[in-house]
Amino acid sequence: MIELWFAVIAFLWTGYFVLEGFDFGVGMLAPVVSRTADEQRASLQTIGPVWDGNEVWLITAVGAMFAAFPAWYAGMFSAFYLPVFLVLVGLIVRGVGLEWRGKVNDPFWCDLGIVVGSALPAFLWGAIFADLLYGSAPAALLGGAFTLAVCALHGAVFLALKTTGAVRRRARTTALAAGAVAIPVAVFALSSLGTLPALAAMAALAAAAALTWRRREGWAFAATAAAIVLATLAVFMELRLRPLPGLTLAEAASGAYTLTVLSWIGLITLPFILLYQGWTYWVFRKRVQVPGTQKPGTQRPGAQVAGAPPR
Amino acid sequence: MDALDLARWQFGVTTVYHFLFVPLTIGLGIFVAGLQTAWHRTGKEHYLKLTKFFGKLFLINFAMGVVTGIVQEFQFGMNWSEYSTFVGDVFGAPLAMEALLAFFMESTFLGLWIFGWDRLPKRVHLACIWAAAIGSNLSAYFILAANAWMKHPVGYEVVDGKARMTDLWAVLTNSTAIAQVPHVIGAAFIVAGGFVLAVCGYWLLRTRAEMWRGAARAALVMTAIAGAVVAGTGDMSAKLMYEQQPMKLASAEGLERDTAGAPFSIAPGIEIPGVLSFLSTNDPNATVQGTEDLQRRFEQEFGPGDYRPDQAVVFWSFRVMIVFGLATVGLSVLGLWLTRRRRPFPAWLSRTLLLALPLPLLAVIAGWLLSEIGRQPWTVAGELLTAASVSPGVSLAEVAISLTVFTLLYGALAVAEVVLLTRHVRKGVEELRPAPAAAERLEPTLMY
Repeated sequence: MIELWFAVIAFLWTGYFVLEGFDFGVGMLAPVVSRTADEQRASLQTIGPVWDGNEVWLITAVGAMFAAFPAWYAGMFSAFYLPVFLVLVGLIVRGVGLEWRGKVNDPFWCDLGIVVGSALPAFLWGAIFADLLYGSAPAALLGGAFTLAVCALHGAVFLALKTTGAVRRRARTTALAAGAVAIPVAVFALSSLGTLPALAAMAALAAAAALTWRRREGWAFAATAAAIVLATLAVFMELRLRPLPGLTLAEAASGAYTLTVLSWIGLITLPFILLYQGWTYWVFRKRVQVPGTQKPGTQRPGAQVAGAPPR
Repeated sequence: MDALDLARWQFGVTTVYHFLFVPLTIGLGIFVAGLQTAWHRTGKEHYLKLTKFFGKLFLINFAMGVVTGIVQEFQFGMNWSEYSTFVGDVFGAPLAMEALLAFFMESTFLGLWIFGWDRLPKRVHLACIWAAAIGSNLSAYFILAANAWMKHPVGYEVVDGKARMTDLWAVLTNSTAIAQVPHVIGAAFIVAGGFVLAVCGYWLLRTRAEMWRGAARAALVMTAIAGAVVAGTGDMSAKLMYEQQPMKLASAEGLERDTAGAPFSIAPGIEIPGVLSFLSTNDPNATVQGTEDLQRRFEQEFGPGDYRPDQAVVFWSFRVMIVFGLATVGLSVLGLWLTRRRRPFPAWLSRTLLLALPLPLLAVIAGWLLSEIGRQPWTVAGELLTAASVSPGVSLAEVAISLTVFTLLYGALAVAEVVLLTRHVRKGVEELRPAPAAAERLEPTLMY
């Protein structure tokens, strides 16, 4: 039961990093791939309907840690007090920026909040988990650089997948640049783990870059998502033996009754959650279009169904 | 001043601040869903205009509720690690359920609602706002069940210095929670109703449009009904407090000695005999325990220490809650009477309705101060002291930094929120656009 709940928590963190990973990337890169206010709005609209739901993966992961491994939850967040505090500050300014930018006269402060509030947690989560594993400042910096670069790549690929025209072109270029940074950083960051998923994550990143080069955006996105899944898996394989220095999972775990009850609740609710969140992505599957840029011939086959309202 | 004091201040500041937005999310979500349902049923345009108008205000507020809520979940681990380790087995379960059963539903369907105006079939789109609003209300239930457990722990045993849950059903049907959930949700509807009333009051002073009258009447009904729920469950809570939290009850009344036929104190020195006993037990002659006698008994049971919460805060917050809450509900009943059978809103009433915004907010803040400061010195009544709950490894400087930054950031965001809300209230309802042309569709009317 303890092992199962550790796996559930690893799954929730993985879901969080995959989903909010591209939210962070889009948030950081929207000003990079946009030249006009309309483009900026279109870039952010790729994550508009989904980012809040994606963030609930974090709330669920942390809530599940609290319930299933109270001592791990308490030890980890009090030990990483200031980094976690900065993550929260980032999530606050980013969330408010995203929700308010369409309702203010000049979205400058909102957009600044979105960039800072996306980059800060993207860096800090990597730093926190690397520090948890290695307990050294250089490792934390490297871990942070890794997650920051991978989120940027993941987000750039997502932007390329979900936009059209100039934004899409710039997103592709940005993705290639992000890949050029992310791959060497990943080699440094993951090789010390040396496990199979860590090595596979590097391969997936390389594949993502190659697929982006060949303009296979859907497959490239699948590859960056796979890289994040594999890297998270590699980290949690290490944490399984030692979730915190001087603490084992069994010591941190809640009682059998609580874990059993939670298992039933998770078993019943998770399929529904996956179903309706998946449905959201289906509803908003179309590419987002910048107004006034529709030119016949600029659309790739499959990118836009004829006659459908552009997005 | 040590880390414990600052951690308590941080919890107080962030929680009270969070709860300025939560009640609006809870109540206004249902109100907007109701408006959209009215539009769906009748096809009348003004319902759609109102849905979009209040929907926008709802979303401005919702953002703040979400981001300040995330802080709450992390704060237990950051500042209160001893507490979290002790209670996680029990307390974590409702929190995890809240995320799984409520938060996912709330935020996913709200995203669909915001961006789905032109994309989803009307009926499905309507279902989305209901799902989001119901999610908000469900989340209130789970977090309040967790909170109730702190005041009246049930369904657990202590093994090796940690609470172990033995009965989830007992935790979820805790009598304290059963009284508290409708009390708090009812209060949220009063806050939301008051907000709508203040907005309508502003517009009723400027226009004779029938639509504002209709919205105001709906909000008056909502506030009055919620007021009845809050009063009824407040009475339930008082009776439970008599059994479960006698120290809080005695402090709220400034009752020092065990007293038969205890009086209700309106203010220090003004007392109505027998009423406190009657409110606590339905028997005007019953004995109510006093703070000094309870202190003596607690010392015998738990050892030396001060088991009395801050007397002034508990005493006055209780009165502020009752007076401001009742004033709002009274205003709504009066408003319903004055505007019965198509009578117009008199100007003085519309002006008075502006008060319906601050009054219930002050009442709910006071209610939480009563509830949580009245629980002191315990985090878990009879099991864990607040002083023993704080994170041992977190330094004074760390808490000072986070407290300062959160306070400043929250202050700045409050100003921005008020400016934004005011601007959108002043702008009023927007004329509906004709069926959107392709280029216009990029920007849904409600977002971005």
